[in-house]
Amino acid sequence: MSEGDLLHTVTADNISDGRRRLGKAMVWGSAGLVAILGLWQMLHETGRVSGGFETWRPVLYAYLLWATALCWSQVIVRGEMGKRTLFVLPAALFVISLVVFPLLFALYISFTDWNLASAAGPQPNGWDNIRQMWSDAFYWNALKNMVYYVVAVSVEYMIAFGLALLLNAQIRARKFFRVVFLLPLMLSPVAVSWMVGKSMMEIRFGPLARLAREIGIDNPSFFGSPEMARFMIMAMDAWTFIPFMMIMLLAGLQALPREIIEASKVDGATGWQSFKEVIFPLMLPVSVTAIVIRIIFKLKLADIIINVTSGGPGGATDSVTSFIFREYRDRSNVGYGTLLAIVYLVLIVIFITALLKLVSRYMERPA
Amino acid sequence: MSAIFKDHEADRKVDVRWWSSRVAIYGALILWAFICLFPIYWTLTTSFKLAPDVMKGNMIPWVDYTPKWKGWESLGLSPRLIGEVSTVREEFMKRFWNSTIVALSASTLAVVLGSLAAYGLSRFNYRFGFMRNSDISFFFLSQMILPPVVLALPFLVLYKSLALLDSRIGLILLYTLMVLPIVIWIMRDQFQGIPTELEEAALVDGLGIWGAFLQIVLPIALPGMVAAFILSLVLCWNEYFFAALLTATDAKTLPVMVASQTGSQGINWWSMAALSSAAIMPLVVVAIFLEKYIIKGMAAGAVK
Repeated sequence: MSEGDLLHTVTADNISDGRRRLGKAMVWGSAGLVAILGLWQMLHETGRVSGGFETWRPVLYAYLLWATALCWSQVIVRGEMGKRTLFVLPAALFVISLVVFPLLFALYISFTDWNLASAAGPQPNGWDNIRQMWSDAFYWNALKNMVYYVVAVSVEYMIAFGLALLLNAQIRARKFFRVVFLLPLMLSPVAVSWMVGKSMMEIRFGPLARLAREIGIDNPSFFGSPEMARFMIMAMDAWTFIPFMMIMLLAGLQALPREIIEASKVDGATGWQSFKEVIFPLMLPVSVTAIVIRIIFKLKLADIIINVTSGGPGGATDSVTSFIFREYRDRSNVGYGTLLAIVYLVLIVIFITALLKLVSRYMERPA
Repeated sequence: MSAIFKDHEADRKVDVRWWSSRVAIYGALILWAFICLFPIYWTLTTSFKLAPDVMKGNMIPWVDYTPKWKGWESLGLSPRLIGEVSTVREEFMKRFWNSTIVALSASTLAVVLGSLAAYGLSRFNYRFGFMRNSDISFFFLSQMILPPVVLALPFLVLYKSLALLDSRIGLILLYTLMVLPIVIWIMRDQFQGIPTELEEAALVDGLGIWGAFLQIVLPIALPGMVAAFILSLVLCWNEYFFAALLTATDAKTLPVMVASQTGSQGINWWSMAALSSAAIMPLVVVAIFLEKYIIKGMAAGAVK
């Protein structure tokens, strides 16, 4: 990305000192209001001031007022230049207030022994949570499962590439097949976990169990053994997300220069040769982009696991997210669960950064 | 003429090969189409079955079994019950309505915020402290890797103190945050494809930068915005994790309702099937009619 204005504008703003002061006053005034209301509410909650509001809502409204004032003052103080800032500022404010503050808060909770079930509020407990995590076999097991789940992306990629090639071939009813292949992506993981996981794989009457019996497996059990259960989760997740990769790869295939492939055919390459030597190398940037995005989505995998196996049997299918979800839901273990989530975030950031370093020169557009 | 050439042994072999590759291609296509469609078909047909039909494994309506409205009656949505007052239907409609409102507003908000940011980043040179354009872009896009589980608990506590727990607004804010990076990713690509000469001409003609953006650029970028909107809609409609943690009664969405039915009593096949069908139908319809935009949106990141 170039670091210069693509759209040049010449502006001759004549901003008076009074206008500048007004803008500054708006920002600082509303910021003061937020601070005063926040402080008052804090004192009220800790019981030092009797009069106060029921909730923190008024502070939220004051914060919104401050955000509006900040955006508005950009135009008041900086004129035309401020109008440019106005494009990015709302989104930036939105993300910062919804991500950065909660993250800082999460960092604080993760070093407390907070349990929603106990009456006492959060009490800092130093490194206890980390020590507990260190000896928590289930958490490490969930992390190990995430490795399996991420590795499964490679198989999804192969299937998706095959389907994209099929759709790119000279076929009739291309639009029909494209719509049909896209459908699984539209379905919510929760519905899929019922439709496939609970109903089609039902041991007695499910069509898949019947099919297994037809083939000659007497007692089909899809979630009995750890390996089988993990594979089934992978398969269901793959089923919903293969279309995603397929569409990206298909778009890549359709953007390939036709002359090069034709030239390879004229030179006498067979179908397999022209795929291996021409199409695949040309598709590398798109492939890498698709795989990276898919891995990012895969790291959030939880819905299907929560609804079909809830981690069983014996934690064999647990993803980190589903494990922490149960830590919140069933044990209300807020402090510890948040620490696990933070550790997971750190691991993800390290992993993705390393991955991007490794592959970004192949990527279509380095992120 | 052609007979002369086709007569030859070597030419016939090519013919066979061509046919076998056709058969292989269509075979694979039909097989995968079957894999994609069967679960949907199974769910739809099961919603019209009775218990014995499920147990016998009947598959084809009117041939194997006679379709009954029992599953849909449990949602109050059968022809017989549609005129009457039904609490189950009200419950279902409430969830459906929650999902619709939350998904639509979150997508709209994300498209508005995201398009503005993407346009600014693709046209102007910013400097917020140490952050330059590429850093700001990276900041936005990096939100994509943030796992929802990290934010879940702080939001639980935050919303509790703000009295936003179990409210639609709370969900809308979170969902907007969730899809914003994707919208920015798609829209940045769209705006980069629009030549700046258009806006320059508009500026010369006396429009401001916002005027040029709203009157000249937006109409051109509209297909891209629709694509981003629909992709966001799909993600928001299907979201389960936050909804399960942050809603209890009022703002519960459809996925939470579907999930809560599976756990409790032994599975009630026909009503579950009807509920699942109703939950997936809107997006299936969207997929069939707006497939072009969905593909456009997803292709945006892949190809320059």
